[in-house]
Amino acid sequence: MGRYLRRRLIQLVPLLFGISIVIFGVIQAAPGGPEGSLLAAGRFVDPSVIESYRHRLGVDQPVWRQYLNWLGASARGDLGQSFSTSRPVTAMIGERLPATLELMGAAFLFAALVALPFGLFSALRRYTLADMLGTGLSFLGVAMPVFWFGLLLQLIFSVRLGWLPVSGTGTIGASSVGDHLRHLILPGLVLSTRYIAGWSRYFRSSLIGVSRAGFVRTARAKGLTETRVVGVHTVRNALVPVISVMALNVADLFSGAVITETVFAWPGIGRLFVQGMFARDYPLLMGILLMGAVTVILFNLVADLLYGALDPRIRYE
Amino acid sequence: MPSLIIFGAIVVACLAAPLVAPHAMDAIDLAAVKQAPSRLHWMGTDDLGRDVLSRLLFGGRISIVIGLLAAVAGTTLGAVVGAVAAFYGRAVDNVLMRITDVAYAIPSLPLLIILSAYSRAAIVSMVLIIGGLSWMATARVVRAEVLTIREMPFVEAARVLGAGSGVTILRHVLPNAMGSLIVGATLGVGNAILIESSLSFLGLGVQPPTATWGNMLMDAQSTMAAKPWLTIFPGGAILLVILAVNFIGDGLRDALDPQKDPA
Repeated sequence: MGRYLRRRLIQLVPLLFGISIVIFGVIQAAPGGPEGSLLAAGRFVDPSVIESYRHRLGVDQPVWRQYLNWLGASARGDLGQSFSTSRPVTAMIGERLPATLELMGAAFLFAALVALPFGLFSALRRYTLADMLGTGLSFLGVAMPVFWFGLLLQLIFSVRLGWLPVSGTGTIGASSVGDHLRHLILPGLVLSTRYIAGWSRYFRSSLIGVSRAGFVRTARAKGLTETRVVGVHTVRNALVPVISVMALNVADLFSGAVITETVFAWPGIGRLFVQGMFARDYPLLMGILLMGAVTVILFNLVADLLYGALDPRIRYE
Repeated sequence: MPSLIIFGAIVVACLAAPLVAPHAMDAIDLAAVKQAPSRLHWMGTDDLGRDVLSRLLFGGRISIVIGLLAAVAGTTLGAVVGAVAAFYGRAVDNVLMRITDVAYAIPSLPLLIILSAYSRAAIVSMVLIIGGLSWMATARVVRAEVLTIREMPFVEAARVLGAGSGVTILRHVLPNAMGSLIVGATLGVGNAILIESSLSFLGLGVQPPTATWGNMLMDAQSTMAAKPWLTIFPGGAILLVILAVNFIGDGLRDALDPQKDPA
């Protein structure tokens, strides 16, 4: 296990290297440099002002040197200075990170709490009306455009019924824990929809697959109660692939959070990214992309390790 | 089968939009702004008095065309990368698969947002961007299939008969991986439509006044409470099309994959 982990970590080095080149290349390809924000208003700006601005940001150096500067600094945890606010990118990300983690965490937890019991129920009652209804709903959940679902829920629960707040993280002047949680419900639900649909179906088919295995027949044959057969022998084995898919999806949640945060004005990384996009704040965009990529890699690794830890038949060396 | 009919009907209606739409796409009728659905305007009108149903049909042409072309582009690229990697093996395989890993690891939506903001959102560039970022899954699946296919006797036979690598891949290897390619491409259509509408919704897709389902929703967001029909219909159209395409893809998978678990 230790050796496997070390090998995997070493493999990450070229991967990270490739990712850094792509991210840097994409941002370099941007039409118009950062001085675009100076010129945006259409006013006349003295060329020497632009020159000193470019010099201060370091974008007047050769491309390869800019890349090495950025790479070296990033490796030391310094993602540079934002073009739009002149503050360190790490600080800006750090401020928004808790909100995004909270949203992703709520969505993940909610999806797991709904999807797993529901998957078990469908597998035990397979081909019944309820199971087929579940299949239909999960198709709906996968096809549902996140932003539209968000708008619909706002329309129904906030505008028409007035039960829940439309957007934001708290009511100004009346913020409390309860109020904050009420703000979390709709975005959390929207972000979790796709995963409720996906995980419940996946758990269902995994359960059905395992229930045909020899050891389940053996468990039944030796007279174990149905509860033990399902609860101990079937569920535990069927959970293994589901858990690793759940770990993989954590990285996906990040992309979903970009849209969800925009719809619900949730002050997280996703919104920061969209704002940075319109402000042409390259260091900020690079920082967020890099952070997102590292998260993806990390959870891929976690998924693989979990798989090995949960299933004794899989041994890494 | 019903999903095929629904999808076909929507595609035909959208492609024939100039013929079937009750009003012109950008006909502004200031005497009829913000009207709820009625006999004259089945899905109501927007802030400028434009007929929502007509805009939906014209917008659908763009959304569907982008979806179809992007899925074809992504699947083709994925098939080529996967087949070449598996067929040549060794260093080629290694390099291509590491590139695939890199492409997989960068969160795609943020990257799409950046790229579409550069491209000023023409249809062709949307197709290339979405297709160019959705080939990785296909590449991995095709690679896995080709690894087994290339060991088959008929591939050996083709090589013995003097077929070059290109001919062998195109004529003998890829046709045998066609099942998963078709399924992947079908599911890719829904995904591409979803991405296109998300980008339009953020204001980064095809720009108004040209209608797409996503930018109609963006326009509707601020006035959602007073005029819900502006939000409900475009989103419903997106949902319906993606649902239909996914059902088709699922049916194809059942039909084409003999090893599929009957559950």
